[in-house]
Amino acid sequence: MRQIRWGWVAVAAPPVIFIGYFFIYPLTRILALGLSELSIGASGVEARLFRVGWFTLWQAIVSTVLTFLAAAPLTWAVSSYRFKGRRLAMALTTVPFVMPTVVVGTAFLAMGWQESIGAILVAHVFFNVAVVVRTVSTLWSRIDPRIQEGARVLGASEWQVFRRITLPLLRPAMAAAASIVFLFTFTSFGVVLILGGFRYATLEVEIYRQAVTLFDLPLAAALAIVQLVGVGGALYWYSRYQERTAVSWTLERGSNLRRPRGRARVGVAFATLGTLLALAVPLSTLISRSLAGSYYPALFREDPIVGVPVLSAVNSLFFAVAATVLATIIGVLASTVIVGRTGDMSRWFDLTLMLPLGTSAVTIGFGFIVALDWPIDIRASRWLVPAAHALVAIPFVVRSTVPTLRSIPRETRDAAGVLGASPFRVWREIDLPIVSRAAMVGAAFAFVISLGEFGATSFVARPASATIPTMIFRLLSRPGQSSLGMAMALSVVLAALTAAVVMSIDRARFGDVGRF
Amino acid sequence: MLQVESLDVVIDSKPILEDVSLSVADSEIVAVLGPSGSGKSTLLRAIAGLVEPAEGDIRWNGQSIVDIPTHKRGFGLMFQGYALFPHMTVADNVGFGLKMSGHADISGEVEEALSWVGLEGFGSRQVESLSGGEQQRVALARTLAPHPDLVMLDEPLGALDRNLRQKLVIDTRRVLEAREVTAIVVTHDREEAVAMSDRLALMRGGTIVQTGLLDELLSHPADDWVARFIA
Repeated sequence: MRQIRWGWVAVAAPPVIFIGYFFIYPLTRILALGLSELSIGASGVEARLFRVGWFTLWQAIVSTVLTFLAAAPLTWAVSSYRFKGRRLAMALTTVPFVMPTVVVGTAFLAMGWQESIGAILVAHVFFNVAVVVRTVSTLWSRIDPRIQEGARVLGASEWQVFRRITLPLLRPAMAAAASIVFLFTFTSFGVVLILGGFRYATLEVEIYRQAVTLFDLPLAAALAIVQLVGVGGALYWYSRYQERTAVSWTLERGSNLRRPRGRARVGVAFATLGTLLALAVPLSTLISRSLAGSYYPALFREDPIVGVPVLSAVNSLFFAVAATVLATIIGVLASTVIVGRTGDMSRWFDLTLMLPLGTSAVTIGFGFIVALDWPIDIRASRWLVPAAHALVAIPFVVRSTVPTLRSIPRETRDAAGVLGASPFRVWREIDLPIVSRAAMVGAAFAFVISLGEFGATSFVARPASATIPTMIFRLLSRPGQSSLGMAMALSVVLAALTAAVVMSIDRARFGDVGRF
Repeated sequence: MLQVESLDVVIDSKPILEDVSLSVADSEIVAVLGPSGSGKSTLLRAIAGLVEPAEGDIRWNGQSIVDIPTHKRGFGLMFQGYALFPHMTVADNVGFGLKMSGHADISGEVEEALSWVGLEGFGSRQVESLSGGEQQRVALARTLAPHPDLVMLDEPLGALDRNLRQKLVIDTRRVLEAREVTAIVVTHDREEAVAMSDRLALMRGGTIVQTGLLDELLSHPADDWVARFIA
């Protein structure tokens, strides 16, 4: 006998309604619109799609390759050796990764790089070095050294050991890092919009231009489909790759790092300091240039066009709080369903909730303006901003809470039930308190994501509800040194806010910043 | 009085219990003894309402209880491995059942329950700081504190080392008898079963093969397996 379990319906309903209305439904509207545009075959559409798609693809591939080259020295150093400042170096490398894209774009403008493909590529490298260093070194530092020693005994030189043994063993981590970097750069928006000028546009930037500037929604929808196909292809390739290469050798539990000696010491020092210095340049240039002029006081003055710039910080904090509350509640409910139900329901939930991760933020924001005129037109509502941010952040909340919920043994819940707790009480007394710390970490992620979110916000934020990132972009869009200066000052403010929240996550010592 | 009648349990289309019948009189302690995988734990889970029977009936004082959800049955189940709540203190663990029933004087009852198992003053400790033997006793106190109608113990001493077991077998029996509870103790250890119970129920392959006092089983074993297992 199958009964409907109303408790589960109540838990599942908010995530289903939220994801359904704000994500699945807009996505179908984009698909319908884009496919009809493609089928009409308007003149020049295909050539345009191809040109933008091709640029997006090759810059993503080149960015990924360059990121690996730039990350190689530091990855080698932190994977092979134990040295003073190793953990600090790892932490500092992560700083660019957590910075909002608008801050990174502004930092490169501050260095005088603009409207150049070089600026875009270097900014992408700057952003993603941490992904490669962290992902690859985690595996590399745990390879059993006896495997390499065995090869040495068999007559392999150190280089041969690296090429024939270490590198092949690192393939799974490298594939993971490569697909993350590829996805980030393929869907890169803020950096390209700010540094590419009018000459270089990725699919993201082109969707934005067509939709927001030129109001050509059908063409933007067609571009969004190309984008979805690209992202889907990358994710498909990676999941196939993962299936084929299951890691089967034994990893050392702890780390087996040596102290560097002789030539290695020099190498480690160069690799570490060189990487850190290079990474320090953009942000320190941003800070020093923001101080060269009275830009900070100007943030508090009324501007005839953009208003009082610093008020965007008030908006941002308000939206961040709202988005965090929304994402945490929906995320924890969704995690409860994923963990509590078995079979199809759980899998379907898990997959659907991860989709916003694979979908670009621009597509999410674009979907809002395409679709949310039904059943009533809410496209002018300021609440769209936190809704969009929550959508982007929910996967992170789910990812940080599901493992904790899974770690609660079934017997623990059963014991509470036998002692008289109804299913709801079990959730309140057992699941909720245990998951609350993990949920706090997820909430902090959501807060950081909301503070820096630009792609979706650029579609849904009205001038009166500008967030810090959209205000920075508006300032950058105006000519003149003082606008650039104010944008730089506001970027520093945003960077400082972001850094403060990220440091508080790190202090909670839960999980690893920048892991997926 | 508990009556289990021709109970079948099927999990993932595999029959786990087949035609199990067992009755436990008031204030009687019955040990369900059998090798691992014979369905002993599933029998307890079915009585507690944690798994649904496919066939058969479970009655308490003559009333069928199969449609009553777990949390309203008023039974106690002490889990193998204890399943203590890791985020609560000893006192919060022991007082959980009382809190669920809205009891007025929880702290007084908790202190008393802790005294039954010799853990006076342990209330404020975190459960993770306890030794295995202490955890066992907290689990027992937690099970007994709400005064359940029926107490079920699943391998209550299974996770402990040999010396401790011999001591706690006697302690546990004493606690159960002092409370005059009706109890089912599941174990795979013959010594333990004999020492803790009034009557034995032998289980094999998802069904109860024979019940009775140790002497009866020894003198009239139902089959060769019983004779060998009990010897």
